[in-house]
Amino acid sequence: MSRTGVLAALAVSVGLAVPANAQEKLKVGFIYVGPVGDFGWSYQHDEGRKAIEKAFPGRVETTFIESVPEADSERSIEQLARTGHKLIFTTSFGYMEPTLKVAKKYPNVMFEHATGFKRDKNVATYSAKFHEGRFIIGKIAGKMTKTNTLGYVGAMPIPEVIAGINAFYLGAKSVNPDVKIKIAWANAWFDPGKEGDAAKALLDQGADIITQHTDSPAPLQQASARGKLAFGQASDMTRFAPNHILTSIIDDWAPYYVERTRAVLEGKWQSQDVFDGLAKGKVKMGPYVNMPDDVKKLAEETEAALKSGKIDAFMCPIVAQDGKTVECKGGDRLTDEQVVGMNFYVQGIEGTIPK
Amino acid sequence: MEMLPFILATVFTAATPLLIAALGEHVTERAGVLNLGVEGMMIVGAATGFAAAVLTDSSVFGIFAGALAGMALSAVFALMVLVFATNQVATGLALTIMGLGLAGLIGQGFVGQPRAALPPVQIPLLSEIPVLGKALFTGDFVFFLSLALIGLVAWGLNRTRFGLLLRAVGENHGSAHALGLPVKRIRLVAILFGGLLAGLAGAYLSLIYTRFWSPGMSAGRGWIALALVVFAGGHVWRLVLGAYLFGGITVAQLHAQAGAIGLPSQFLSALPYLMTIAALLFLSISGRKGAGAAGSLGQPFVPER
Repeated sequence: MSRTGVLAALAVSVGLAVPANAQEKLKVGFIYVGPVGDFGWSYQHDEGRKAIEKAFPGRVETTFIESVPEADSERSIEQLARTGHKLIFTTSFGYMEPTLKVAKKYPNVMFEHATGFKRDKNVATYSAKFHEGRFIIGKIAGKMTKTNTLGYVGAMPIPEVIAGINAFYLGAKSVNPDVKIKIAWANAWFDPGKEGDAAKALLDQGADIITQHTDSPAPLQQASARGKLAFGQASDMTRFAPNHILTSIIDDWAPYYVERTRAVLEGKWQSQDVFDGLAKGKVKMGPYVNMPDDVKKLAEETEAALKSGKIDAFMCPIVAQDGKTVECKGGDRLTDEQVVGMNFYVQGIEGTIPK
Repeated sequence: MEMLPFILATVFTAATPLLIAALGEHVTERAGVLNLGVEGMMIVGAATGFAAAVLTDSSVFGIFAGALAGMALSAVFALMVLVFATNQVATGLALTIMGLGLAGLIGQGFVGQPRAALPPVQIPLLSEIPVLGKALFTGDFVFFLSLALIGLVAWGLNRTRFGLLLRAVGENHGSAHALGLPVKRIRLVAILFGGLLAGLAGAYLSLIYTRFWSPGMSAGRGWIALALVVFAGGHVWRLVLGAYLFGGITVAQLHAQAGAIGLPSQFLSALPYLMTIAALLFLSISGRKGAGAAGSLGQPFVPER
């Protein structure tokens, strides 16, 4: 009896698609946009996958497909669904429509889509408030810049990245009213050569601090090669530029992935949307280094205030680039929904968002 | 314009791997062999070069090891297409897929390890010239090697007896064979040379361009090198022009974005490719019909007995 019986009973009572033979392991699949070796975004998701294996030894089996192009992801997602995976994590914004499409065809498979905003009965979404980290590094950058010009390497002009740029700029502006931001889009999540070239272009145009919303350490490394400061992205990138890194914004998906896998094993999985950050530990900050003590203190205080909810990256009033004040739907701050769907630059950022 | 030398230096580093890989493929194609495995040889060169550099703690050694790894992979290709006379297109594609997998395996233990930059080489006196001196005469040694390779390939193909034989084999392998030329041996040399340079280009990526190894880091540059060979239409100078043009536009569009000129970034990112297509169209409209590719390109050679 024991586990087999319990699981079988669960399967009947909840009507979930737990494999008929409960001896069978739960298969959990992952789709990554970059290689697991990007040492950034996909690497951190893979750490989450490993955490699942560790948390449920012998009960789960995980699979991943890496470097799946967003535009051509449907067949990879379907491949996982067809091969008996009952829980599938699709870990990039561009997988949104393909995930929903495959989910319709496989109603007994549960999907978890990262950073998206469209859900279904069997599609949950989850994201992290990376912009909280970007608000902190914005303050650091605003304090540390000598040329008052900050460089930002963006991947794709999607709300998540736009919100990050705004949070970074607002953070910088709050400590340095003269600060300017220059943005270069790599139009790729992972292309070390291009990411590095974008960083070089920004440095050439006078930026003396680089931050990035792409997945490889190349921009950090290029800044370091020129003796300029930069930040790590998604994972702790200290080793790539120990003397020029200021801190890293670290994504920690492991607790969430373990929790959701447990929900499936116990038959309690439900579609939902989760959006949390520093407070829940999904976003963490690397060590604050290569900066004077007063800047470090400022960063730590900001982190603590964000964690406690006392402040937010988007405190009202928020004025958009066109001069209009954004409606304040969340009391003294913007709502999560407004942040997730952000499609405007705040006042003071030059240039237009590529459409 | 104090930033001009920096911009030019960025253009040169962006163009150098493309140029080196394209030069190698150019020689291979002149000998009548189409090797679509450039991307695969490049990425294996990147992985092996990085691994060797870490193990021996010498980036210079790593670069040579990467070049040799590319050559080793091209030897597999040579065995298939020369000895077994397999379809070159299919074999080349298989080589790319195999290379991507193999590189992941080779580089497995080296993911995420950083490497220090090579000290730049400065050519005395010349590097003191304002603006151009800094961009042209200060750089990594592979950049200078690539300049030498341009000369070597141009001279070797057009001014030497071996180059003449190589082109003859590529133009019409039947006639060349009838004349008693060692078709397969000459093609073997051309294929190995192509592999050597593709591997070198890959090692440049992982040791100089971006100094870390990560699977998939070549990000399609092997294919761009192949396109450059078509663009060159048999002329080395056009190949060089194409590589620098491509590198130049790639970097220029990033500057345009950073300077917020208000064009959509997706359009700017596509610009280098659009320019390549436009240039190809222009060349094929204005050029002679059939000019460019070697006569026997892509055809398996099976000598009659």
